[in-house]
Amino acid sequence: MVDVTHGGPISGGTASGAAPAFEVGEPDLYHPRSWVTKYVFSQDAKVIAIQYGLTAMAIGLVALVLSWLMRMQLAFPGLLPFIDADHYYQFITMHGMIMVVYLLTALFLGGFGNYLIPLMLGARDMMFPYLNMLSYWIYLAAVLLLVAGFFVPGGPTGAGWTLYPPQAILANTPGQSWGIVVMLASLMLFIIGFTMGGLNYVVTVLQGRTRGLTLMRMPLTIWGIFTATVMALLAFPALFVGAVMMLFDRLLGTSFFMPAIVVTGEQAPYGGGSPILFQHLFWFFGHPEVYIVALPAFGIVSDLISTHARKNIFGYRMMVWAIVGIGALSFVVWAHHMYVSGMNPGFGFFFATTTLIIAIPTALKVYNWVLTLWRGDIHFTVPMLFALGFIVTFINGGLTGLFLGNVVVDVPLSDTMFVVAHFHMVMGVAPILVIFGAIYHWYPKITGRMLDTTLGKIHFWMTFLGAYLIFFPMHYLGLLGVPRRYFEMGETAFVPASAATLNVFITITALVVGATQMLFLFNLAWSLRHGREAGGNPWRATTLEWQTPETPPAHGNWGAERPVVYRWAYDYSVPGAPQDFLPQNDPGPDLASSGETVAEGVR
Amino acid sequence: MPIAIVLGLVVVGSVLFHFLSPWWFTPIASNWGYIDDTINITFWITGAVFAAVVLFMAYCLLRFRHKPGRRAAYEPENRRLESWLAIGTAVGVAAMLAPGLVVWAHFIRVPAGATSVEVVGQQWQWAYRLPGKDGRLGAADTREVNDTNPLGIDPNDPNGRDDVIVQGGELHLPVGKPVALLLRSLDVVHDFFVPEFRAKMDMIPGSVTYYWLTPTRTGSFEVLCAELCGVGHPYMRGTVVVEAEADYQAWLAQQQTFEQMQAPAQTGALN
Repeated sequence: MVDVTHGGPISGGTASGAAPAFEVGEPDLYHPRSWVTKYVFSQDAKVIAIQYGLTAMAIGLVALVLSWLMRMQLAFPGLLPFIDADHYYQFITMHGMIMVVYLLTALFLGGFGNYLIPLMLGARDMMFPYLNMLSYWIYLAAVLLLVAGFFVPGGPTGAGWTLYPPQAILANTPGQSWGIVVMLASLMLFIIGFTMGGLNYVVTVLQGRTRGLTLMRMPLTIWGIFTATVMALLAFPALFVGAVMMLFDRLLGTSFFMPAIVVTGEQAPYGGGSPILFQHLFWFFGHPEVYIVALPAFGIVSDLISTHARKNIFGYRMMVWAIVGIGALSFVVWAHHMYVSGMNPGFGFFFATTTLIIAIPTALKVYNWVLTLWRGDIHFTVPMLFALGFIVTFINGGLTGLFLGNVVVDVPLSDTMFVVAHFHMVMGVAPILVIFGAIYHWYPKITGRMLDTTLGKIHFWMTFLGAYLIFFPMHYLGLLGVPRRYFEMGETAFVPASAATLNVFITITALVVGATQMLFLFNLAWSLRHGREAGGNPWRATTLEWQTPETPPAHGNWGAERPVVYRWAYDYSVPGAPQDFLPQNDPGPDLASSGETVAEGVR
Repeated sequence: MPIAIVLGLVVVGSVLFHFLSPWWFTPIASNWGYIDDTINITFWITGAVFAAVVLFMAYCLLRFRHKPGRRAAYEPENRRLESWLAIGTAVGVAAMLAPGLVVWAHFIRVPAGATSVEVVGQQWQWAYRLPGKDGRLGAADTREVNDTNPLGIDPNDPNGRDDVIVQGGELHLPVGKPVALLLRSLDVVHDFFVPEFRAKMDMIPGSVTYYWLTPTRTGSFEVLCAELCGVGHPYMRGTVVVEAEADYQAWLAQQQTFEQMQAPAQTGALN
């Protein structure tokens, strides 16, 4: 078996005597001297993680309110007089962009990445703490610039989150004067900030692991975040150049994406550009982006299921290769978003094939999660409930992806509500359920206190069932042919009156599900003071973040000595062990290696 | 424990909803019943997988829920099981992909006898151009667009003189005859979508895209724009009337040609 270690003891259970010293001395940490350098301009990854998390949740609330407003319009057209077509398109655009980029990407990578990478790897901090701090502040600037879009003349852009030119920069699209410029500038800032953080995560995973923690012993959470970060570093530049080129088209009169066109009866001063080039650049970023959100969720949910089912994750190596394989394949499937875009239709054969091939590693991950439950010792904790909810919504959303990925099936369904239902189920609801599960799971480590279980269960049931009721029936509107991005349907021959009833039902459910999130926010705030004391390892978990000498972990994480790792992250219910879990830094009781022999080849 | 029951109910509810839902495909009016068939195959395969995996999961939750003294099994991996699952999934995927690609090959190859009809999108209306007596459409370019030449037909191309132009009206098509829709946009990206035809394709300014179909039943069908094209997007509607050949010819004879359209302007210039 190939040994991917960087030296140090790696054979589990056999470490007798003191561990040898680190070959290289530890770099000195930056030590904050004031409240400001400790909590505001902090270089501690844990504080930066919380800053990222809170900022992402705050902007996420804006997106939530926007979704309420657009649902109100769809169910009760004209009821809220301030929602005209301009505003509606501005709301859907901002909702989409916020959710995909500023919330999901930032929360998984900037939030969970920052908190968990150093702790799960036994590191004291990220490799480049100063850059890490800059990353957050540039992200905050990007968010503020995005919000500024609401206050500039003409409001934010209403071009749809895909920002397709020529429409995005033409005069009769809302937000054409300022909004689109602000949006593109904010995206560029986001990408710059993310690159600083992203390089940090990659280097820390490759160089910052503690002794004994080989790559193939890392928790799947880290594998997911690591792979997603590598992908983001490769995918975001495509969006960046797309944004630069569109800014030039808008501000300097270039024609990268602008062919000769006629606007309000006049020949516009453009010519020779290609609108579809932007679509390629956008989706070359946009499809990996789906997995940039999904892979950290895959990783985290694997760890939640394993911990709360008290059982090792089934098929660890397959899970790792599936993550890496999905990450690689996701760069050759982007044009499945463009089957009906007017690109050369011959491309359809290639992209349909690659897209459906990706279903295989993805399905294997689902099987392995379910097989982890098989013969487990399943505790229905709140994180576990959210993980189970994720599996259901992800299977559902993943399977409808097989419709849309299969080129000819996509033809009638593309640009209908079926697409809206599909991507909300698979990359909206599913990853957000993981985020909730992860917060319920790690909140005790972050704060030292447990979140309230009763509130958590109410939150879970309302969110999971509500979201399913919103998005499952929506697919059928798409089958009927109801298009997406319609401010109002009006009288349309093929749409029966019952579709309006369904829209009312979806809207009311959405309002309730949205309101339920306030319960979650209340729980977060209330438990900070009043939650039950958690202790260091309330879930009896194996991974390193639960083995810190202090909870919440102090600056530098590990006290005098960094931990040494002796085993993989999944030694739950090892036969012969006195407890049903063996922490990664536990040299192990003298088991006569019973667990190790079973785990042979897994490490 | 309750979650096991709820997950079972989610499966039962989803399947019932699928069969009882009043929302389903519109009655098809083109030859693309193949697409419906492919969707139905996909529904059967994915539905079976969804039900099987979620029900199995519900069973696990019920059977292996925590009880005092219970301890999980220790089984890191099972190569054989994982391989079989991978193979089974690959077979299922191939069963959906193969018919899909065959139908796609059919979809993108316009049959030799198809008549060409041009659809032109412009914020936020549809215009159509049909070949005149010569059976050919003249060349066109957005740069040629002006008040008297709204579709930008090349005035120097003799093939374009007798082209029939329909602006802001209905498009009529003869039933049972294959037609290739050549799609052109003068400003932003639009998409010519008739749900009953199942087919759609974006129209991109600066290029000509296409799809083809054979209308299979007469009737009047609503056209929608299916690609966000600005605030007027939901109002960009139109009507396609599929009728018998004789009715179609009668309609066609009443439409004005490019030449007729130009005539009043030329007279004006002479005065």
